[in-house]
Amino acid sequence: MSASEGNKNTNTEPWGGFDDNIIQGSGSAVIDMENMDDTSGSSFEDMGEMHQRMKEEEEVAAEAAATEDEDGEFLGMKGLKGQLGRQVADEVWQAGKRQASKAFNLYANIDILRPYFDVEPVQVRNRLIESMIPVRMINFPQKVAGELYGPMMLVFTMVAILLHGMKTSGTVIREGTLMGTAIGTCFGYWLGVSSFIYFLAYLCNAQITMLQMLSLLGYGLFGHCVVLFVTYNVHFHSLFYLLWLVIGGLSTLRMVAVLISRTVGQTPRLILCGSLAALHMLFLLYLHFAYHKMVEGILDTLEGPNIPPIQRVARDLPNLASSVVNATVKSLAAAAHSQ
Amino acid sequence: MAEVDESNKPLFAGLSDVSISEDIPVEGEISVPVNSQNPDDEFSTLDEPVKDTILRDLRAVGKKFVHVMYPKKSSALLRDWDLWGPLLLCVTLALMLQGGSADSKDDGNPQFAEVFVIIWFGSIVITLNSKLLGGTISFFQSLCVLGYCILPLTVAMLLCRLLLMMTPEKANNAFELIGFILRVVVVTASFSWSTYASTAFLADSQPANRKALVVYPIFLFYFVIGWMILTFATSS
Repeated sequence: MSASEGNKNTNTEPWGGFDDNIIQGSGSAVIDMENMDDTSGSSFEDMGEMHQRMKEEEEVAAEAAATEDEDGEFLGMKGLKGQLGRQVADEVWQAGKRQASKAFNLYANIDILRPYFDVEPVQVRNRLIESMIPVRMINFPQKVAGELYGPMMLVFTMVAILLHGMKTSGTVIREGTLMGTAIGTCFGYWLGVSSFIYFLAYLCNAQITMLQMLSLLGYGLFGHCVVLFVTYNVHFHSLFYLLWLVIGGLSTLRMVAVLISRTVGQTPRLILCGSLAALHMLFLLYLHFAYHKMVEGILDTLEGPNIPPIQRVARDLPNLASSVVNATVKSLAAAAHSQ
Repeated sequence: MAEVDESNKPLFAGLSDVSISEDIPVEGEISVPVNSQNPDDEFSTLDEPVKDTILRDLRAVGKKFVHVMYPKKSSALLRDWDLWGPLLLCVTLALMLQGGSADSKDDGNPQFAEVFVIIWFGSIVITLNSKLLGGTISFFQSLCVLGYCILPLTVAMLLCRLLLMMTPEKANNAFELIGFILRVVVVTASFSWSTYASTAFLADSQPANRKALVVYPIFLFYFVIGWMILTFATSS
């Protein structure tokens, strides 16, 4: 700031000013050291900042010295004042910057995400309804809203529904809580499958972004929520299969239609949509049967009375997971064969 | 107890566009008035008995409980927020929900940590959601309101335990049904009370067109807690 001030300053005595300048330079460093000892604790961050600041000041001083050498004009008394003022201003500015960056870091992450949550209730409602309506338009890329409010809320709703299902089915999970399992399952499915399909889409040259994929799959979970909510409370297997085919199928078809419209070529379409459809439908099947309340009456008729309802343990999970993997691998293999 | 002191803001609002030119050296004396106290500041908490401190804080917590029970559109819960009340309520609720299942391992009742995590994680998610939707409320204010609004549900839990205790061991079906219906009524009432109270406190800070989006996670949050309370059963 005041470096230019110093340059404008005209002093006629070359050597005196030069000495002054050197003394000023070392003096300022000494002041800095003192300040450092007084104000900062033993925190490494502070030390780092101080070090950086000292470096910067040295650079500035060197620059100033260089310009002064060129000009042959030197700082006098006014220059000293200017330097001091500059130092104070620098100090204030640095402190302000530190505060601001701290406050900014706290809210930066929120501000980055804010655009994705910019929705109206009506929009959310419309998108929920649209998630069940497959559109037969595959020549032109269908629009996918990049928004995360709906998917997030649907995932949390599904966590709540899963908790309900686990509780009523008497699921016992060793080395873990129901809550953790439910959250892990839902978020794991949402994020994991989105990333997987995004990766496949990248390989198949489909035009879809990660955000759109998250939004698409998130809204696709609406069908799952409805089906699970109904079937955890009404225990008819035929009803479940009907809902699984109709509602789960509709939401899957919708996603498949969107993906088809954004992919070119038969084989990529088959790979992408086949894996997505298989994963999505099998996930619903898994969620239903893993945490479904066994109706005691059926068990009684099958295995005789006085047998407690089957308590599902987490040991069941690998079988089902492997079945999902098997199905995926099979579908992929089929797709590869057809090439 | 932290206080958000907003009364000072207008005083310094005009200072933002004062600029000091670089020619003027920064000098002068900064005098700190050490001994000049105005009568308001004489109240010091340094040398009072610990009992007074705790009682004063408890009284503040109690006042906020009253605010939750009669949710008028007052901002007392927002202005001096604290997390003592939520902690008390959360621990009480978790302990009561834990209760019967301490000895039997395979009981379906939620564990202490589970309830604790649901409450805090849930309120943090709701708060972040309201921030993301453009709410103008600070993080801890929102946590405070959501935590205090568990109060009706804690009361419902207490009533449910009393009802369960009053039910005799060998009760017939009709008796059990009446007990269950009573519990449903109590939990439903307290659930709607919690949702209504927290909405009354938080809704003003939200953009008018998005209130429904903010209320939905709150609804889900209290619904899950209420549902845990309803399905609680003491292990025999």
